[in-house]
Amino acid sequence: MSSLSAAIEAAPGDRARPQSVSDLFVSFTFLALQGFGGVLAVVQRELVEKKRWMTREEFVEDWAVAQILPGPNVVNLAIMFGERNFGWRGAAAGVLGLMLVPLLLVICLALVYTHYAANPHVAGALRGMGAIAAGLVTATGIKLATALRRHPLGVPMVVALAFASFASVGLAKLPLVYVLAVLGTLGCVLSYRKLAQRDA
Amino acid sequence: MSIVLTTGDWLALFTHYLVLSLLTVGGAISAAPDMHRFLVDEHAWLSDPQFSASIAIAQSSPGPNVLFVALMGWNVGQNAGGLGPAFLGMSLTLGGIMLPSAVLTYFATRWGHENRERRTVRAFKQGMSPIVIGLLLATGWILATGNRYSFDRWPLWLLTAVATLLVWRTRVHLLWLLAAGALLGWFGLV
Repeated sequence: MSSLSAAIEAAPGDRARPQSVSDLFVSFTFLALQGFGGVLAVVQRELVEKKRWMTREEFVEDWAVAQILPGPNVVNLAIMFGERNFGWRGAAAGVLGLMLVPLLLVICLALVYTHYAANPHVAGALRGMGAIAAGLVTATGIKLATALRRHPLGVPMVVALAFASFASVGLAKLPLVYVLAVLGTLGCVLSYRKLAQRDA
Repeated sequence: MSIVLTTGDWLALFTHYLVLSLLTVGGAISAAPDMHRFLVDEHAWLSDPQFSASIAIAQSSPGPNVLFVALMGWNVGQNAGGLGPAFLGMSLTLGGIMLPSAVLTYFATRWGHENRERRTVRAFKQGMSPIVIGLLLATGWILATGNRYSFDRWPLWLLTAVATLLVWRTRVHLLWLLAAGALLGWFGLV
């Protein structure tokens, strides 16, 4: 049984895996330290593009679940990814990797911040980094969108759903809970019907 | 500012964040308005500038955005008397906001993985994916434009557009881009 499930797990051939719990901890520490204004762009680049621990499709699906569940999204993703590889020890290693060193850094920053908050150079540097962070997130969205090409609903419907969610949160600034409830239900029901047709 | 917190107050702080944890769908920042109501308006454990600074510092530091919650607890503790209480406050707010959601995610993940061939699980994951990608683009949009669309911000928008293209089309390291953005801002070019 275990060898059978191991064979199924290993089936998508080109996928690598973290070597050990400490490998997972160190990897998540490094990617957390590269993530300014959110870690998502870095997680995508490191786990999918560089280390190939996940495919683009797996990443999008896991990210969706991480977003729906309560709690910080990247932390949820670390729990999901860590659990799948090393059980609860993997989940703990992922979360600690994400949080521990950045937490120490943010405390140091808080201690010095009061001295430099009024400095126009510091404010300018933060503004410039913010503009870059916006670009990172946008580019990540564009890259992940290519994973939707093989979506069962077909490209036009998928583009319509993605645009509706962009417009209602980004432009109309509606509360996320309602957007997820309405568009999420629509997306899931449509996908369910499509999968039912295909399985039948 | 200087405040006094009883054991009951610390407990109330912890419980409030425990409850908030299960309401933070879409990220911890979505619960920030409620934290403001609790910490600033209701209890006056934190001043308004301290609240805003907690979020701004966490944004400009590497790591998950949820660290702003740790800084709020840190600042409450500092107001209550120094480093010891600051560490206590930080542990309570960060522990409170993380524990319930982490436990839920852990068990939901196990269940989802064991049932991954079920049509409902597949439909849920696939049905949500276009919406989540739309949300990412919306986050980028909000980070780039803030709350106002004024044309004098065009250098910042140009910088965002260039960063988008570079991350999308090249494999340039993200830290170089951030450093370039920081330099441009430091010299007042954006």
